[in-house]
Amino acid sequence: MGSLLRIAPLPFVAAPRAGRLVERNILVYRRIWLVLVSGFFEPLFYLLGIGFGIGSLVGTVPGLEGQALSYAAFVAPAMMASSAMNGAIYDSTFNVFFKLNYDKVYDAVLATPLGPADVAVGEVAWALMRGSLYAVGFLSVMIALGLVSSPWAVLALPAAMLVGFTFAALGMAATSFMRTVQDFDLIFLVTLPLFLFSGTFYPLSAYPPELQLAVQLTPLYHGVDLIRGLTTGALGPGLLVDAAYLAALGLVGLAIVSRRLEKLLLK
Amino acid sequence: MTVAALRVVEHNATYYRRTWRGSVVLTFLSPVLFLAAMGLGLGGMIDRAAPGVLSGVSYAAFLAPGLLAAQAMNTGTFESTYPIMSRILWRRTYHAVLATPLSVRDLLVGELAWISLRLLMMAAAFLAVMLLFGVVRSPLVVLAVPAAVLTGLAFAACVTAFTATQTNDSGFSSLFRFVITPLFLFSGTFFPIERLPELLRPVAYLTPLYHGVSLTRGLSLGTLDPTGAAIDAAVLAAYAVGGAIAARITLGRALVK
Amino acid sequence: MTSVPTGPIDPLIQARGLTKRFPAITAVDAIDFDVAPGESFGFLGPNGAGKTSTMRMIGCVSPITAGSLRVFGLDPTADGPRIRARLGVVPQSDTLDLELTVRENLVIYGRYFDLSRGEAGRRAGELLEFVQLAERSGDKVEPLSGGMRRRLTIARALINEPDLLLLDEPTTGLDPQARHLLWERLYRLKQRGVTLVLTTHYMDEAEQLCDRLVIMDKARIVAEGSPRELIERYATREVLELRFSEADREALGTGPGADPADRVASGDDRAAPGESRHDGRGDGRLDERFAGLAERVEALPDRILLYTADGEAAAVAVHERGLLPESVLVRRSSLEDVFLRLTGRTLVD
Ligand SMILES: Nc1ncnc2c1ncn2[C@@H]1O[C@H](COP(=O)(O)OP(=O)(O)O)[C@@H](O)[C@H]1O
Ligand SMILES: [Mg+2]
Repeated sequence: MGSLLRIAPLPFVAAPRAGRLVERNILVYRRIWLVLVSGFFEPLFYLLGIGFGIGSLVGTVPGLEGQALSYAAFVAPAMMASSAMNGAIYDSTFNVFFKLNYDKVYDAVLATPLGPADVAVGEVAWALMRGSLYAVGFLSVMIALGLVSSPWAVLALPAAMLVGFTFAALGMAATSFMRTVQDFDLIFLVTLPLFLFSGTFYPLSAYPPELQLAVQLTPLYHGVDLIRGLTTGALGPGLLVDAAYLAALGLVGLAIVSRRLEKLLLK
Repeated sequence: MTVAALRVVEHNATYYRRTWRGSVVLTFLSPVLFLAAMGLGLGGMIDRAAPGVLSGVSYAAFLAPGLLAAQAMNTGTFESTYPIMSRILWRRTYHAVLATPLSVRDLLVGELAWISLRLLMMAAAFLAVMLLFGVVRSPLVVLAVPAAVLTGLAFAACVTAFTATQTNDSGFSSLFRFVITPLFLFSGTFFPIERLPELLRPVAYLTPLYHGVSLTRGLSLGTLDPTGAAIDAAVLAAYAVGGAIAARITLGRALVK
Repeated sequence: MTSVPTGPIDPLIQARGLTKRFPAITAVDAIDFDVAPGESFGFLGPNGAGKTSTMRMIGCVSPITAGSLRVFGLDPTADGPRIRARLGVVPQSDTLDLELTVRENLVIYGRYFDLSRGEAGRRAGELLEFVQLAERSGDKVEPLSGGMRRRLTIARALINEPDLLLLDEPTTGLDPQARHLLWERLYRLKQRGVTLVLTTHYMDEAEQLCDRLVIMDKARIVAEGSPRELIERYATREVLELRFSEADREALGTGPGADPADRVASGDDRAAPGESRHDGRGDGRLDERFAGLAERVEALPDRILLYTADGEAAAVAVHERGLLPESVLVRRSSLEDVFLRLTGRTLVD
C-alpha cells in the first residue's frame, strides 16, 4: 500500500527531484554538444531534400483552405512534427534501455532519495527540453526560408513539445516491456509507417476514405495536422481535437510508465 | 576468400540465427512502406502535377531502384558500425578470434563476405517487392541485385575502416547525420541530381551512392548506357577496394597492440 | 517505563523473519538480525547465499516479500526516500556514471541528495583526497583500474555523510594492495563512528572489519557472533592440513570419488546447530588412521584437515603412525573452518 501511495500521483509531485536528473544530462551533453547540435540538421536536410528537391517535381499542393501551398511549406511542418517524434522516441527508448540495462545509471540513482517516478519524469523532461531546442531552430529556418504564412506559427513550438511529450511517454512505456536490444526493431516497425503515412508527404485526401479514418487514429497524424494548421494559418476547432488527443495519449503512456518502471527497477 | 575467413562468416551466421526475426521483417517491410508512401502516394501527386518530368516513367518506377541502392547503403553502413564496434571493443570477440590461427585479414574478408551475404538477401527481397509493385521496366533488373551488393560493400568497407578508428560510438551519430542522411537525400534517389544547385552537382558525382543509384536505375528502367555503367561500377569497386585496404590497416591498429 | 535512555540502544537495522522470494527461488528465507549504531556488521557467505538480496532490501531498492524490516526505525516500503537519504551504498558491481568524470560523479550524486552545488563540490574534493583519487578528478571513469573505481564508489557513497554505509563485497576482484588500502579507509570510517554493514566471502576481510557477523548459507543464517567467538565455538585453535599423493588418498578412501557422507569423522561431538551427521559415524578407515590425533577430521577432495589445539604435536603423531603426507601445514583456524564445519563445504569456490 505504501508503495502505491508513492507512485500514484507520479508526474506532478516528482518534479523538483527529477530536475537533478536533467542536471546530470546537461553535464554529459556539455561535452558532446556536437551530438546535440547535429540533431538539428537531420530534419533540415529532409526539409531541403524532400521539400525543395522533390518539391521541384511536385510544384504546389492544394492548401487546407483552398489556396495553393508550395510543397516545401506543406512538408516543413510535417518534418517538424516527425523530428519531435523521432527525438522523443530515441531518448525514451534506446537511451533509457541502455541506461537501464548496461550503464546501470539508474541503479545508482535509486540508491539515493530519488525514486522510479523521479527517474521517469526526469527523462521525459530532458527529452522535451532537447526537443524544444530543435523546434526553435527548425522554426527559425522555416521563417528564414519563407515557409511560414501565419503569426500563429509561434504556437508550433508548444505544439512540437506536446508531440514530444506524447511520444516520450509512449516510448518509455514501450521500453519498460523490452527484454533485448532486438525488441527495438519493433519500434522501427511502428515509427517508420507513422513517419511515412501520417499525411507527412501528401495530403490525407490521397487515401481512400476507410484508410483516412485509420490514419486519423495515429498520434503523428494529429501532430502533423496541428503544426501544419498553425504554420499555414489554417486554424479551426480540429486543432483543439489534435491537441487533446495527443495530451490524452501522453497521459496514458505516463500512467503505464509509473506502474511498470517500479516493477522494472525495484526487483 | 580463404577458408579461415569462412569461419568468421559461420560465427556471424550462428549469431544471426538467433536474432534474425526482427531484421528480416524490417528488410522486407521498409521497402514496401517506402514504395507505398513515396512511390504511390507522393508519386501519384507528381505524376499528375508534372507528367513526363522524369522522361516518361512514373515516379514510382524512378524511385524504386534508387531506394534499392539507398537501402544497400544503409545496410552496408549499419552492419559495419555498431556490430563491428561491439566485436572490437565491447564483446571483444575479435580478440578471441585472433587468439586462433585466423589473421586480421581473414577477419576483415570474413566480415565483408558476411555483409555481402546480408546485402544479397536484402536486395533479393527488394527486387521481389519491386516486381510486386510493377515498377520494373527491363529484365536487366536482375543485375541490379549484384549492383546493390557492390554499392553496399563500398560503404561497408569504408565505414569499417572508420569504425576501427573509433574508441566509442559517439562518432556514429555524426556519421549518420552528416554523411549518410545527406547522401540518402541528395544522391539522386528521390529526384534527378540535375535539380540540385549547380554547385552541388560535382559533389554528388563523387559519392558512391550516386553511382549505385545510377547503376540500379539504368538496369531497372533499361536505359543503361554501357560506358556510364562501366564508370559507375569502377567507382564503386574503387571505393570497396580502397575502403578494404584502409580497413585492413585501421583494424590491425585497433586489434594488434 | 522511564524516559531515561538506560536500556539497550535502539538498533539501526532490525530484521525479523525477513524474506525475499523471486519467482524461481527464495533468496532470503526468514532471517533475523539487529545492527547497533556504530557497529561494524558483516554477512559472510558463498555466492548465491542471499547477501546481495538482503543488502538491497536494506537499501530500500528491493521490496521485501515477508517479515519485517526497520531501518533507522522506519519502514522501507513507506519511507524509502527518507531512509535512503541517510544511507551510503556501495553495490556489488560498480554503478559509476561512465559518461561523467570522476569528480562529476560525486557532485551529481551529491545533488541527488539535495546538496547545494557548492557543498557537493567541497565534499567531492575532500572525499577524493580521502580515497586518494584527487589527481584523477578530471579524468573519465572508463580508464580507472578496478581498485580505483571501487574507491570512487566508496567516496560516492559518503557524499551525503551517511549514518549507515552498506558495502556489498567491497573488495572482491581487487589485488592485495588495493584491498589493504580499502580496508584501511573503511577502518578509519568505522573509527569516526559510521556504522558499516558489509558482505563478503573472504574470511580475512570479515575478521579484519567486522565486530560481529552472521554466516549465511542457502538463504538462511547459520551462525552469528564475533569472528573470535565463532572460531572458538565451531573450530579448534589450530588446523593441521595434510596433502597426500593420489595413490595414498585412494588408500585412505578420501579420493574425489568417495561418498561425501564418509568424508567426516569426528572425535569430539560439539555438534553444530542443525547438523546431525557429526556423530562419529564416518568412514571406518579415516577414523582408524587418525583416531585420537585430533578433535575432528575433515576430508576434502584435495587435502585432509585435522582440527586440534596443537597442530605440531598432531603432525608428529601422524608421522609416527607411518602416514607420509606430501605436504604438511599448521595454521590458526579461520572462519573458513567455521563455515566448513557448519555446512560441509568450503566458502570460496
Ligand atoms: N533479480 C533477481 N531475480 C531472480 N533471482 C535473483 C535475483 N537476484 C538474485 N537472485 C537469486 O537469489 C539468490 C541469492 O542471490 P544473491 O542475493 O545475489 O546472493 P549473494 O549476494 O549472496 O551471492 C541467487 O540464487 C540468485 O540467483
Ligand atoms: Mg552478492
